[in-house]
Amino acid sequence: MKEQQLEIVFNRQINSNAWLMGLNAPEMAKSARPGQFVMIRVSRSMHPLLRRPFSICGTKDTLMLILYRVVGQGTAIMAHASHGQKFSVLGPLGRGFTFPDAEGSIVLVGGGIGVAPLFFLAQNLKKHRFLFMAGFGSADEIIPVGEVIGTQIDVSIATDDGSIGHKGPVTELLEKYIAGRDINKKAISLFTCGPKPMLKRIADMSKDQRFWCEVSLEASMACGVGACQGCAVKAASGKDKAYYHVCKDGPVFAITSIDWASY
Amino acid sequence: MNQLTPDLSVKLGPLELQNPVMTSSGTFGYGLEFDELVDLNLLGAIVVKGISLKPMTGNPPPRIVETPCGMLNAIGLANVGLEAFLKEKLPKLRKFRTKVIVNIYGHHIDEYAELASALKGVDGVAALEVNVSCPNVEQGGMAFGVDPDASARVTEQVRKSTDKPVIVKLSPNVTDIRIIAKAVESAGAHAVSLINTLTGMAIDIETRKPKLANIRGGLSGPAIKPVALHMVYQVANAVDIPVVGIGGIVDYRDALEFFIAGARAVEIGTANFVNPRATLDILEGITEYCQQKGIHHITDIMATLGSNLHI
Repeated sequence: MKEQQLEIVFNRQINSNAWLMGLNAPEMAKSARPGQFVMIRVSRSMHPLLRRPFSICGTKDTLMLILYRVVGQGTAIMAHASHGQKFSVLGPLGRGFTFPDAEGSIVLVGGGIGVAPLFFLAQNLKKHRFLFMAGFGSADEIIPVGEVIGTQIDVSIATDDGSIGHKGPVTELLEKYIAGRDINKKAISLFTCGPKPMLKRIADMSKDQRFWCEVSLEASMACGVGACQGCAVKAASGKDKAYYHVCKDGPVFAITSIDWASY
Repeated sequence: MNQLTPDLSVKLGPLELQNPVMTSSGTFGYGLEFDELVDLNLLGAIVVKGISLKPMTGNPPPRIVETPCGMLNAIGLANVGLEAFLKEKLPKLRKFRTKVIVNIYGHHIDEYAELASALKGVDGVAALEVNVSCPNVEQGGMAFGVDPDASARVTEQVRKSTDKPVIVKLSPNVTDIRIIAKAVESAGAHAVSLINTLTGMAIDIETRKPKLANIRGGLSGPAIKPVALHMVYQVANAVDIPVVGIGGIVDYRDALEFFIAGARAVEIGTANFVNPRATLDILEGITEYCQQKGIHHITDIMATLGSNLHI
């Protein structure tokens, strides 16, 4: 974990609401593991005050890639940043994905900007075959994986409005996939990140299906290093803690660790 | 020409610090979280997260929300509890030469006394900071800190139970903070630290619900600095014990303002989140300021605003 001033190599809009930033980060790009995140200080002034947490969505040589959606003042500032400008970046932070055993099927399920950590995972799953399913609002919100990480990956797409791919939530694609397999004979390792309803649905499915699943969560955060205890998420009953902290215990958790009823 | 090396050491009653820049409880964990980012040996003191007798899990999320130039928190004093602190955290902290101040919190007066007794004579604990000002817990905390008699009783009990210097951390959520400061001074406090957070709230206009699950939280960050500075000025002119200034300090200029207003030391809080090196940057800035102004001892600029100004 380091705090460094990182220079923007590129910062471009890749669809109607997503942006991709490449930061020159020789050290962080080397040490970062899929599922880890960074805290970016977007302003040198006191407003907006806090750093913003972002999953690392990939690396390319000395570049660290950040995929983001403009949702507030912080990300609006980022979208206006240009080549050569520097941001203070704290990272890599948190616990990333556990790499699966070679046995069984690997499935990545992302929703919207939640594909970001999964892209980084996909980049590092070279030896494994895997399926990638992604859900977006509509065709113009698709985040093209090839354009982001430079590697073409087949992605099964679902859109809310049906403008491309399956019409409906991406979890329906997952349900279909699971229904067509004898899960007892061939285990499934699932990695997911996305909006709350999607995660809750997958958490429900994981109860019935008993597949192994890791989920990357997001939370409002102040410190990013486990000091402020602001990013609490309620642990499932029977766990060793009442709350986990997304920054330090996560952001990647076993899906069974989280109390989804309160999430 | 030899560069002046200013003497930054200060005394808070019996407590001697190598410099006046400390971390504020709750914003720096147990110090160890920042070990990779900050040379902890350079700090004036580390004030650890408030410790209670038993572990506390804290409030339901969301616990924090950003506000203009500040943030609201309602962590609810989540902490590992006394036993785990002594077993797991303190041994690691002893490896640093920086003094460790343990912030203590009790639900009842007896618990403050019990904590103070348990920490009596414990190696590696330089002082106690008594938290009578947390706004985010139902029992104790601010309930004591808004009442001069209760604040005095807590202070008295802690003093009776310990051999360590006692700093009492005060709440700004009172009509006149000087009354509380004087009460704890009379009860034997060696120093007071102020301010804790200001009670506040934020509402989501889409859901029409509070942005914090706890409804209210404590406001911190640069937004509260002028309020904190004024209260430090008021208290420094009302009591004879040292005052530790806290509230929205993000750079060395802020720290110097507090010194000039009468603070003997400062605690850096929310700034640690924005700039993990804030404490060290402030120390460097203070040193350079002293060099430029030919100030040999940092105490030379403390309380130089004068007490005869109209408050």
